Order: sequence, then structure tokens, then C-alpha cells
Amino acid sequence: MLTLFLILFPVVAATLILIIRGERIKQLALVAALVELVLAGYVFWKFRPDTSSQFGFDYPWINSMGIRLSAGIDGISILLVLLTGLLVPFIVLSTFNRSYKQPATFYALMLYMQAALIGVFTARDGFLFYFFFEAALIPIYFLAAMWGGENRIPVTFKFFVYTIFGSLFMLLALVYLYYQTPATNVSAHSAAIVDLYKLKLTPGAQNWVFWAFFIAFAIKMPVFPFHTWQPDTYVESPTPATMLLAGIMLKMGVYGLIRFILPIVPLGVETWGKTAIVLAVIGIIYGAIIAIRQRDMKRLIAYSSFSHVGLMAAGVFSQTETGMQGALVQMLAHGINVVGLFFVADIIFSRTNTRQLDQLGGITQSTPKLTVYFMIMLLGSVALPLTNGFIGEFLLLHGVFTYNHYLGLAAGFTIIFGAVYMLRMFQKSMFGPTSSRTQSFADLTTSESWVFIPLVVMVFWIGIYPHTFLKVTEPAVANLMKYIGTTAVSMK
Amino acid sequence: MKIELLCALIPLFPLIGFLINGLGFRRVPKGLAGTIATAAVLASFVVSIILFRSFVSTEQAQPIVATLFDWISVGDLHINFSFQIDQLSLLMLLVVTGVGSLIHLYSIGYMSHDEGFGKFMSFLNLFIFFMLLLVMGSNYVIMFIGWEGVGLCSYLLIGFWNKNISYNNAARKAFVMNRIGDLGFLLGIFMLINTFGTVEYLDIFKQATSLEIGDKTVLAITLLLFVGAMGKSAQIPLYTWLPDAMAGPTPVSALIHAATMVTAGIYMVVRSNVLYTLSPLTLEIVGGIAIATALLAASIGLLQNDIKKVLAYSTVSQLGYMFLGLSATAYTAGMFHVITHAFFKALLFLGAGSVIHAMSDEQDIRKMGGLRKALPITFVTFLIGTIAISGLPPFAGFFSKDEILAHVFEHNKLLWALGVLGSGLTSFYMFRLLFLTFFGEFRGTDEQKHHLHESPSSMTIPLIVLAILSAVGGALNLPGDGWLGKFMAPLFEGSRQVSPEAFAESTIEHSTEYILMAVSAGVALLALIIAYVMYISRQVVPAPETEERSLPEQVVYNKYYVDELYEAIIIRPIRGMGDALYSFGEGLIDGVVNGVAWLVQKSSAQLRLLQSGSIGFYVLAMVVSIVVIFALRFFIRL
Repeated sequence: MLTLFLILFPVVAATLILIIRGERIKQLALVAALVELVLAGYVFWKFRPDTSSQFGFDYPWINSMGIRLSAGIDGISILLVLLTGLLVPFIVLSTFNRSYKQPATFYALMLYMQAALIGVFTARDGFLFYFFFEAALIPIYFLAAMWGGENRIPVTFKFFVYTIFGSLFMLLALVYLYYQTPATNVSAHSAAIVDLYKLKLTPGAQNWVFWAFFIAFAIKMPVFPFHTWQPDTYVESPTPATMLLAGIMLKMGVYGLIRFILPIVPLGVETWGKTAIVLAVIGIIYGAIIAIRQRDMKRLIAYSSFSHVGLMAAGVFSQTETGMQGALVQMLAHGINVVGLFFVADIIFSRTNTRQLDQLGGITQSTPKLTVYFMIMLLGSVALPLTNGFIGEFLLLHGVFTYNHYLGLAAGFTIIFGAVYMLRMFQKSMFGPTSSRTQSFADLTTSESWVFIPLVVMVFWIGIYPHTFLKVTEPAVANLMKYIGTTAVSMK
Repeated sequence: MKIELLCALIPLFPLIGFLINGLGFRRVPKGLAGTIATAAVLASFVVSIILFRSFVSTEQAQPIVATLFDWISVGDLHINFSFQIDQLSLLMLLVVTGVGSLIHLYSIGYMSHDEGFGKFMSFLNLFIFFMLLLVMGSNYVIMFIGWEGVGLCSYLLIGFWNKNISYNNAARKAFVMNRIGDLGFLLGIFMLINTFGTVEYLDIFKQATSLEIGDKTVLAITLLLFVGAMGKSAQIPLYTWLPDAMAGPTPVSALIHAATMVTAGIYMVVRSNVLYTLSPLTLEIVGGIAIATALLAASIGLLQNDIKKVLAYSTVSQLGYMFLGLSATAYTAGMFHVITHAFFKALLFLGAGSVIHAMSDEQDIRKMGGLRKALPITFVTFLIGTIAISGLPPFAGFFSKDEILAHVFEHNKLLWALGVLGSGLTSFYMFRLLFLTFFGEFRGTDEQKHHLHESPSSMTIPLIVLAILSAVGGALNLPGDGWLGKFMAPLFEGSRQVSPEAFAESTIEHSTEYILMAVSAGVALLALIIAYVMYISRQVVPAPETEERSLPEQVVYNKYYVDELYEAIIIRPIRGMGDALYSFGEGLIDGVVNGVAWLVQKSSAQLRLLQSGSIGFYVLAMVVSIVVIFALRFFIRL
């Protein structure tokens, strides 16, 4: 039942905000998001580390067709639910020193978005998953299109159409899968994910279903070459929307790979997995090399995010336990780091009115707090040991390396290039002589510090004692690995 | 339980020091900050001595593994956060905390006028923390934490004066170049996991003893690990960051870029000695790279005029010697040189710092001269360091270098001859440095001359202590039946088991051994005399920048243009590629998306298949992408 509450609470809160409006919208939104965080934290704390789906609910939806409103949290979902609960309050808090027009709508959309994201990560029915997958797009589209930068209209339109068309392929695949399930005397067919897992599709069907799902998820993450919507959208969106996109929404894609592609079409993965890994690894290097030359901080972080997510996809397709566990932990870690980095970019922009690195410099001279937080976020992002990024990337790279040594080597370049572009960004903005724009740079306000503090705690928690997070996902991942092994064998 | 606690305390003290000085920066007064930082490292030193004493007092002297907690656990892979106390880690602990404390003490005087004093001391403490993890870890992943952590501290300290753009570039170069090595190390760890199913030293080495010499997997593992060592210990081709790292404050150069961090690569190879003994081919490659690095760096050192740059190239060269020893399976000799080098190179750097301090931040030896009168303590200690590094008896460097060369002689006569040549070069550039700095007439400005002064006692005490150690350090392992050899012998049990012949008793006769000693000492002495003739009798002063140089001289003076080469073949192509991919590649991919979509709109308008054309664009674009991928797959056939 807690899952239902996790989904409904932000919806109710958002609706209340729209009705109440008034002066204290920000505070109200923050309180709502914090309540959700407490709930998510409670769920995480109470979660039994086994293979079952917990805190769930199950109601008939379209009864005659056997489609149900059913959701729950298992080892694959749990970290993403935690991530969604964790990030939204601090994304809300990060806006406290900014003012957005029509604040009620702005914050309500963020909470709607949160509800949809939780829905995606907990849905236990294929069509419910699809519903939330599309529903998440609507608030983020309006956030970007209404509060974005100059080019927002064409950019967000492209983003919207591109991603929605990706998911149409998924819909097609879901409908096909639905009709493959056996009809019972109670209902026609079933779209329950557990029933989809039982399907034994022909190799030919597996191949096209693989691509139908893969394209939907590849666009969302994005994986090379489906990424051209991403840098522009990240740059043009208002920073809180960018944080939602990069911090949480792209994980829908990685999650989809694990939830749908691996267990449902193992033969498809056997045939096409290598192509997918190669694309992902190309993306890692391609994104990183482009990031090295970016001048706009936000665009740089966007390309770095694109590069990092490639590694997650590659790790999942490596079909190793380390790769899969790495992807789950890295999703949490990346969400934290990327939100922190986008916030740094936002802080710098709000004080200097520019994000161009060549117009910045010397900021560290007046900002000890910002320097330290920026550095810690950066270290997490470049995967320094004892930070969160290391745990994820170590496991992911081990997975890819085990899959294929050369791909592992190629993917490994992320740790070199990552250091290059991140340190370059840090140096050009924080070090060196001050510029006219950075001369009187004020250090962080209290509310800004409070965005970073929890993020920093998480960076070190995951980095120093990852056991807390690895142990909750382990049984589910082990089970999935076993399942993939046996189904793939039985289908041959 | 007691052992776990003691082990945990060693890195904990500097970590606490880092937190106090880091979080309390500008609030903790300078005097207190310096005391806290130094006391923290000193406390670790004391605990290390206690551990050392209790370790040698036990009968067996077996390695002790102290597990703190389960760090990363996935499936069958378990990586513990645990420490291993044995002969090797104890030696490194004593060196790191011992020399580290002296350098902390020195920094109190050297950095006292710097506004970032507290920050500086906290970074030094953080460095010690990571260095201790590096040498204490009981498995490769803990070593890797320390490995990357010291790289971070190196970055922070090289770029400590961060208003200066070129210092920042040097810091970034060091970090990135180290990361190239780290990737090799990381892949090596992955191979270890997949081969042995564990990362714990004891488990791996136990399993390894049953492998055949020349095993292919071990070859790959050792080479990958050595790539890591090349980065950290500045070997060809990853050495160019170390000279640039001299941008950092001088105590940093002494601590990180001479005495401790840069020897991590040697530590790693000695730690993995079983694996390296199993792979003779790797050892040959290590030997080749080592001698090339030793000679290349020594030759560059001949013409450098910056006091710290000379010492930096000398460090690169000496690291080459250490690897040379390892390549002849003279692991003890390599470690012996690590220890003596830590003494005399730290001494030389701190001495250089004292000179720079006295000269109001002047580093060019062409503008020094005659400093022995104004800086008597610095002079005498620097002289001792110079004799020690040059390999003249009876100071520390003579014994350790000689032991390396003796083993190399047995192994390969040509490498020995080249090694002796390098030893001569070392002696020459070091005495050149000494003579130009401390002898002759003062060549600086009047203002500098007026300001010349001996450094405060917080700086001279470390100099004196290190000078004593540099003088008598050779006693650790006297030829014949030295203490160090006996102490370290259990570490090489596994190696002895897999390759008894590599550890057989020396076949060289004593008379030959004395001749070898005489030859290398003679060459060093000859180089000293040449330097004396040139820089004292003839009073030659190196030419200013503007003067024309002969072509070979020009090439060496410009460090063989290696930096320029890297710039041309690696950095610029990557930048160019970044620009090309951004402007052209992205445009192309997007063009496929948009352009094909445009075609669809045209045709769909005619065919009226779709009511809203723009949506059709993307469908087709996607289809085209799929076709492209299918085509790709067809051609690539992965």
C-alpha cells in the first residue's frame, strides 16, 4: 500500500498547491517533497532484501482485458524510488533563491513529475508502466517549454516528439507481448510483467521486440546515436527541469533495459546485445571527447551525462552480476552527482549571468564553501575511490571488461577523459585570475548549502559503505541473472 | 582486536588532522594548525614503531591481516576494507610517517607566510592518509584507493597557488597522466579478479605459486599493473608530469614527488613479486623502460638550470634505477634504494627549499653562487645529500645503488654498463648543481644578497636529521649479510618457490664484486672531478636563455621535445576530434534525423499518409537509424 501512497501523495500535494496558490508555494512544495522523502526513506529502511515485490497494491483496471493497476517495489526498483524521493526536495530547495513566474504551476508540475517517475519505477503491469512512462513526459515538457531559454520551443518540441515516438515502438511491442500471453477463463490475456517473463518467444520475435524496446529506452537515456535531442534540451530547460531530466528521468531508460529487455527477450539480447554495447561504448567516448571542448558549463555537463549513461547501458548488457549491480548503484550515484553539478552551474549563472567558461575564473578566491562542494561533486563524477562514482564505475567497468576485454578498455577511457573535462571545467571556472564577472562573487547562501550537504553525505555514504545499497539489490539481481540464464537455455 | 585498533589508528590520525585543519581553515590559528598536522603524522609514526616492535618480537613474523569491514560485495566478489601488516608495509609505514613528520615540521617554517597555511597542512595530512592506505591495504583495491587518493592530493598541492594558470595546468597534467596509468592498474585488477576470484594479496600469491613461469594471463596482469606503476612512478612514456609538478610548494616536491608517492610503483611491483617473477618477459620490459628512463632523465638533468627541475629529473632517473633493480629480481635492493632515496632526495629538496627561501623565491642556479657562507647548515646537509645520491662511499646511496648494479651485472652486462654510465651522469649534474649554488661568487641581485639568511630551526632540524640518515642509511643493508635482506626474505618465499634459480646464491666472486664497486665509485668520482674542473676551476656559468645553442644541446635543453610531441600526436588530435565531432558529427546525426524527416514530410504531403507531417519525420528518422544499425552490424559482424 505504501507504493500507492508514494504515487498519490505528490499528486494530491501538487493539486493542493494549484488550488491554494498564494505566497508560500515554495515552502509548501518543499514540505510535500520532504514528506515524500521520509516515506521513501521509510520504504528503503523497511525493505526486506529478497526477491519479492513489496509494499505493493493490485486493483483491476480494464478488467475484461486483464489489465491491472498493480505496482510494488522490488530490489530493482528500490534504489530508484529512493533516488526519486531523495532528489526532488533538494531540487525544490535549489530554487529558493530564484523566482519563476507562475510558481504554483511550476512546483505542481515538479510534483506531478515525481509521481509519474515513482509510477514508472514501481509498475508491475506492462500497460501501467507505459502509462507512467508517457505521463512523465508531460510535466517535464511543460516545465521546459514554459520556463526554458530562448530556443525552448523548437528544442522541447523535438525532445517531445522524439521521445514519444520512441515509446510508440515500445507500445507496439507491449501489445504484441500482451497477445502472446495465454488467455484464461477469468480474463482474455495479461500484461502483468511476471506473465510477460513467462513468455517463450521465437528468436525472430525476440529480435524485433528487442529493438522496439531498445529504441524507446535508448532515446530516453540517451544512447548513441539517439542522443541529439539531449544536449539542447538540457541547456534550454530551466535548471530544476534539467536536474529532473538528468538526475532521474534518464534512469527510466536504464531501468527499462533491466526490467524488460533482459528477462523478456534473452535471445534478442544474445543476438543484438553486442551491437547495443558497442553503441553504448561509442557513446561513452564520443560524449566525453565532445565534453572536453565545451565552453558552456551546462552543455559540458550534459555531454558528460550522456557519456556516463553509456557506461550504465553497457554494464547492463554485459549481463554480468557486477555490471548489473554497478548500473543500479551508479544510477543512484549519477543522479546525485549530476544534480550537484547542474546546481553549481546554476549558482554560477545566477551570480555572473554567464555559463561560458572563458568568461569565468578565480571564483574560488571568495567562495570556500562552493569550492569544496563543487570539488566533492566533481570527484564523485570522476569516480575517485571512496566517493559514490567509484563504486558504480568500478563494478560497471568490471562487467564490461569481463564481457569483452577490448570493450572494457575502450569504456575505461571514461576515467581518463572524465578527469580531463571535469578538471578543465573546474579550473576554468574556479581557478586562475578573476574576471570582470567573477570579481564580487558571493559564496553560498544557507539554503544553497543545504542542497549540497545531503548530496555530499550521499556521495561519501555510497562511496565508503556501499553495502547499505548493494545488499538491498543483490538478491533481486542474482535472481534475475539466474532467470536470464535458465530462460535463455530453455528457449534454445 | 588490539591489532585492528592499532592499524586503524595509523591512517586515522592524519585523517583527523585533515578534517580539523580543513574544516577549521582560517579559524584555527596558524601555529596550532601546524602543530596539529605535524603531531598527527608523528602519532602515526609512533604507532608504526609500536607495531614494528611487536611484529619483530613474534617468532614467526607472519603477515597480520586486520579486517575493518566488508566494503564492496557483489556475488562471489568480496572486497574487504582491510589492512595487512608485514615486512613490506612496515618498512613503507616507517618511511612514509617518519620522513612525512620531518617534512610537516619543515613546512611549518617554509609556509609560515602563506595565507593558505592551514589548507596546505590539511592537504599534506590528507596525502599521508591516502599514502598509508596505499601501503597498508591488504588487497589491490585498497591499494587503488590510496593510489588515486595520493593522485588527488598531488593535484591539489601542485596547483596549490591556484591563481597561476600554468601551475594549474601542471596539476591537471599530473592528474590526467596518472589516470592513464590508473586505467592500466584498474584493468589489471579486473584480470586478477577474473583469474583468481579475489583481490587479497595473500590469497592471490598463494594461488599464483602453483602457476607455470611464463603464464600468459600473468603476463597480461603484470603488464597492466606496470602501466599503473609507470604513471605513478614517472617512467617512460608517462614521466613528463613529474618535472612540471615542481610548480607546487617545495615541501610537496620533497614529500610527494621524491620520497613517498612516486615510489608507489616500486612498492606495487615488490608487493606483487610472485607475479612478476612468474613473468620474465614483463621483467625484461620493465628493465628496458627503466634503463631508458634513467638515462633519458639523467641527460636532461645535465643542462637544467632550475634547482628544483634538476632534482625532479634526478628523481625520475633514480626511479628508473629502482625498477632496474626489480627487473633483475633484486626486490630487496629496489626497496633498499626506495628507502635511502627517500632520505637523501627529501633532504635535497628540503635543502633546495631552504635555498629558495633564502633567495626570495629565486630558483635559477645561474643567479645563485657562493651560498655556503650564508647558509652553512643548508650547505653541509646538501653536500651530504649530493654525495649520497652520487653513489660515493660510504653514504647511503652508494650501498643501495651498488646492490642494484651488482644484481644487474649478473643478469645482463649491457644494462650494468649503461647503469654505471647513468651513475656518472648523476654524479656530474648533482655536483654541478652543488657547485653552482654554493660555490663561487654570488650572482644574484644586491637585494637578494642583502636578504640572504639561514632558515629557521623548524627547517634546519629536518635537514640535519635527514642528513644523518643519508649518511648512515647504508648500514641498513651492508654487503654480505645485511639486515634488510634478512628482514625482507619472507616476502619473497613465493617467488623463490616458483623460480629458485632467480634467487640462487650469487655466483659472483668477492673479488669481482669489489671491482664492480670500485668501477661505479670511480666513475662517480671522475664525474665529480669533471664537474669541479668546469664549475669551480674554470668558473663556467650556464648560458642564459637567449644564447644560441648547438643542435644536440638545444634538443637536450628542451627535454627532447617530448612535451611538444605529445601535444602534437595526442592532445591536439583529441581536441580536433572534439571540435569536429561537435560541429560536424553532431550535425550529421541530427541532419539524418531532420533531413530524412523533411523528405518524409514532402512525400507524406503528397501521399497524405500522415495528417501531421512533422511527426512522420521522426518515425522515418528512427527507421533509418535502425537500418543503419542493421547495416553496421552486417558489415562489422561483431
